[in-house]
Amino acid sequence: MEAPAINIRNLNFQYAENSGVVLKDFNFNVALGERFGLFGPNGAGKTTLMNLMTGVLQPVSGNIEVLGKNITTDEKSVKKLFGFVPQHHSLYPELSPAENLEFFGAWAGLNRSETKERTKELLNVLGLSHVADKPVSKFSGGMKSRVNLAIGVIHRPKILFLDEPTTGVDVQSRHAIIQYLKELNAAGTTLIYTSHHLSEAESLCTQVALIDEGKIVAKNDLPTLLKEHQQDGLEGLFLSLTGHSYRDS
Amino acid sequence: MYKLYTAILKELRIMLRDKAALAVMFLMPVLLVVVITSIQNSGMKMINDNTVPMLVCNRDTGESSAQFIDALQKIGMFDIQQTNPALTDKQLTDTMHTKDAMIAVTIPAGFTPALNYKAQKLTGKALTEFGMEGKGPVDTAFAVKETPPISMFYNPVLQESFRLSVNGALKSAQQFTENRAVLQALYAAMSDKQLPDSLEQEILNNKSVITQVPSAKDGSRKTPNATQHNVPAWTIFAMFFIVVSLSTNVVKEKVSGSFIRLKTLPTSFLLNLFAKQLTYLGVTLAQVLVIFSLGIFLFPHIGLPKLVLPESLTSLLLVSIACGWCAVSYGILIGVYAKSMEQAIGFGAVSVVILAAIGGIIVPSFAMPEALHLLMKISPLHWCMEAFNTLFLEGGYIGNVLRSLLPILVVIAIMQVAALLRLRKMRLL
Repeated sequence: MEAPAINIRNLNFQYAENSGVVLKDFNFNVALGERFGLFGPNGAGKTTLMNLMTGVLQPVSGNIEVLGKNITTDEKSVKKLFGFVPQHHSLYPELSPAENLEFFGAWAGLNRSETKERTKELLNVLGLSHVADKPVSKFSGGMKSRVNLAIGVIHRPKILFLDEPTTGVDVQSRHAIIQYLKELNAAGTTLIYTSHHLSEAESLCTQVALIDEGKIVAKNDLPTLLKEHQQDGLEGLFLSLTGHSYRDS
Repeated sequence: MYKLYTAILKELRIMLRDKAALAVMFLMPVLLVVVITSIQNSGMKMINDNTVPMLVCNRDTGESSAQFIDALQKIGMFDIQQTNPALTDKQLTDTMHTKDAMIAVTIPAGFTPALNYKAQKLTGKALTEFGMEGKGPVDTAFAVKETPPISMFYNPVLQESFRLSVNGALKSAQQFTENRAVLQALYAAMSDKQLPDSLEQEILNNKSVITQVPSAKDGSRKTPNATQHNVPAWTIFAMFFIVVSLSTNVVKEKVSGSFIRLKTLPTSFLLNLFAKQLTYLGVTLAQVLVIFSLGIFLFPHIGLPKLVLPESLTSLLLVSIACGWCAVSYGILIGVYAKSMEQAIGFGAVSVVILAAIGGIIVPSFAMPEALHLLMKISPLHWCMEAFNTLFLEGGYIGNVLRSLLPILVVIAIMQVAALLRLRKMRLL
């Protein structure tokens, strides 16, 4: 049987010994090939979970497996399997898209010719060929987001983590990004995605999990969840499960 | 290797596109080294080669004051201009400012007769001691008066050490004049003839010669100049000033989230740190090359002494690498601890200026107060300066610079460990 994309067992996490527990006895899995949406209010634990799954944070206890490999004990080989698209444009604005991709491609494990070939392909697919050699600092938010996405997928990862990839992006760029993500998924890449754009999430995600106060409050495919909770959209479902009160942290 | 190559390329591209940082790293030290060396060189020239303008207001009418002025002139330190003897002290000091004279001297009225009286009195005393009696009568016109004092007025900006040497020169001229008067009085008391000029010169100028020889570690006798001191000093300052650019580079990566993204990639974060250090070490060596080349090729064309490199170029390279690596380690340390660009720039720039000041870059360490000597030793720039001084001023070799290199290496180790601990705490290692 093929290993799930993500398999988390009895995970416990807190930022410091005297701080509150963020995740307690947390269990979670994502099947291969899914377009998985992870939603929840501010401070629910989404980013912490994303950081734990990508190895940025170390769990206090418990087990996180990515495609059957433990992220703590098998860190280097696991990191070759996934890509990460952070919410902020984590790139070098002084460099051009081609130069950014050259650097991150090498660091993701590609050789010179693979990097060159993949850079050309991605710039073309994401509509950045005409600005391939211009510094990213001169780009619009949408263009920067497309470069940010290109960096995350340069090494053809089997799993792609996306933390609000379309925040602050114009409609055209958002459409291009969502379209490209669907193409990636069709080619076999598992997507794990967070966003506050719930309508966008409805069109992208095949599976949804709602997380609140470090716990999964609902997880299933979207039509089943809507039916179970008698809602006609993700936003209604979100509010019915997490309430209307502010979550200012 | 491809990863390291791309990381170094990334650092170089970022650096080369930041024109302001490039100016701070290369243009600023070039300007500093040229300006400071020129200023210090003209100061040294004024003291060593040129004469110091001095006004002399001679209110005496006798020959002793003329002899005193002549003796002063022969010392060779001063460019003497005699003023109107009727000037008051106030008018004389005003004239000092208008004529850019640093020193003015007044010879009081009655200087010659008072000196002659003193000489005759001393002669009489000496002859009586020998049981002899002098021939000429003692001039008693100034018998009740002390020899009136010569006054020296000086510009308050004059350094104390220089003022003391001027005072020494005045005393020497005065001594010469007094000796002459005593000699003439003694001769006149014992003989009817006048003291022959040749004998007088022989007696008064018969001094033992003091030779001055600079002594360097390599046995050479080169005289250090402003270039030999300033070029290495301001090169060290420039090397350490890269902390501003390097620390902001680190902070930028931190706040932009690139650090986090690198952490999710299958390459050790240490490689990024290594690439940064290698790139900026290259920059510090380029600074050495540029500034030293200026000293060698440009300075002689703008009237400054040419920089003479030490004989051991291997030692020079080793010292440059150690100093550069120390500067780079400091930049990394500030970068990983600073929470914002403002913190990195502010702390980086101010701390380098302070460390340069207490480390003997701006003011030579021997001229610093005793209380600061202990503090000086905590400045890595001090140890870098010591190492360069050993090579440039003392003609030392690698064996001689080890004493300074060791503290530099200890400082590097401490800074590297502190930076790594911080990165570990940030879960980046």
